[in-house]
Amino acid sequence: MDLTLKVWRQKDKDAAGSMVTYPVKGISPDMSFLEMLDVLNEDILRRGEDPIAFDHDCREGICGMCSLFINGRAHGPERGTTTCQLHMRHFNDGDTITIEPWRAAAFPVHKDLVVDRSAFDRIQQAGGYVSVNTGGVPDANAIPIPKSIADKAFDAATCIQCGACVAACKNASAMLFVSAKVSQLAMLPQGKAERKTRAENMVAQMDIEGFGACTNIGSCAAECPVGISLENIAMLRREYISATATSENLA
Amino acid sequence: MNWFTKTFSSTIGRKIIMSITGLFLCSFLVVHLIGNLQLFKNDGGAAFNVYSHFMGTNPVIRTMEIVLLLGFLFHIYDAIVLTRRNKAARPVGYAENRPGENSPWSSRNMGLLGTVILVFLIIHLWNFFVPARFGGLEGVVVEDVEYDNLYLRVVQSFQIWWYVAIYVLAMVALAYHLIHGFQSAFQSLGLTHKKYTPFIQKFGYAFSVIVCLGFAIIPLYFFFFFEL
Repeated sequence: MDLTLKVWRQKDKDAAGSMVTYPVKGISPDMSFLEMLDVLNEDILRRGEDPIAFDHDCREGICGMCSLFINGRAHGPERGTTTCQLHMRHFNDGDTITIEPWRAAAFPVHKDLVVDRSAFDRIQQAGGYVSVNTGGVPDANAIPIPKSIADKAFDAATCIQCGACVAACKNASAMLFVSAKVSQLAMLPQGKAERKTRAENMVAQMDIEGFGACTNIGSCAAECPVGISLENIAMLRREYISATATSENLA
Repeated sequence: MNWFTKTFSSTIGRKIIMSITGLFLCSFLVVHLIGNLQLFKNDGGAAFNVYSHFMGTNPVIRTMEIVLLLGFLFHIYDAIVLTRRNKAARPVGYAENRPGENSPWSSRNMGLLGTVILVFLIIHLWNFFVPARFGGLEGVVVEDVEYDNLYLRVVQSFQIWWYVAIYVLAMVALAYHLIHGFQSAFQSLGLTHKKYTPFIQKFGYAFSVIVCLGFAIIPLYFFFFFEL
């Protein structure tokens, strides 16, 4: 396959970037999208130029490191896949492919296609955990959890923090991410002890980071590679409303 | 900030206000439409004029009018604040973006649709509400009592083609605004459930279409089928 790539190039976080066009030749349809970029980068390196920087790690669709806004879609045109699991057979010979970084004020571009997603880490640190301060390991069967609840909590827990929800959202809102992290713990007995402060603090941190507000468009869930559903966002609202109404935090 | 202002100035809190005021404004639409249907009564506007006099003078209605105004103000104010925030959340846009692949057009253009509705609302108030409330209408006698003839103003207005066009266009915008807004309000309040959400979504769609169709039929009827 011969393709034309239009790639966002940006030297560093303070530099102005622009779209640069690269032709690539001899791409196998069995290559993943990132392998195709590896081929291009080898060409660029041979020419003695600076290769295109992009995030990646496991290349198995589970780590959440890869990103890329491909042809106007987060993680490309296929539903339910990360960029690393997107294969070139979904494109046609002669295609022009646009590749951009996630765009959000809270995700500043570091270099080329690499964005800084540490805003997500700070939201997690604000309450996305269960405190276990002391004691031995409790018996797993001592805490009854209905199967349907366990399933829902697990579905929410599959969020890999890739940021596609923010990238796809017209408002660059992080609601789907935050909702997955809040609801995952709110549903389970272990998470209930801190549920009020968790909802309050994580939402507050989300707002501080400069993400937009959720307007229930649904593009986040549609583009999410692991299929986090909008149900989680409704649950986050319930958590937040009951937390602010009943917690003892006056400030 | 105390907890109350903190809650209602958060992104979720502002959406709570958007949804509550939005649903309240939906209830106003129902009352307004039912009242308007009296225009179809073949009595030279007597019932409609008596009704509009009642709406303009009854103390309960006058109080609700203030609540209604507040509903509009909060809805519009929070819409502006949220839109500005949402624009700031993505200062650099995409060179290529295909949101049509993952979301409906109306849901992404609530601000545009809302602005169309607001412009219409100003025209609408200027033409009917202002003269009815502050004077400027001819008198008409119904059962020995003199009323303002708002009916005549309505009928005359709907003889003008471009006026009818503005009304119909605004109702199309309102329909799309409500198709997203009605079900979205329930989602914003966290009121979702496997049992009820499918019904809320279908009801919201039917509500939006029927109410807006009901409003749009009035100017069309007077333009095409009514001779002064």
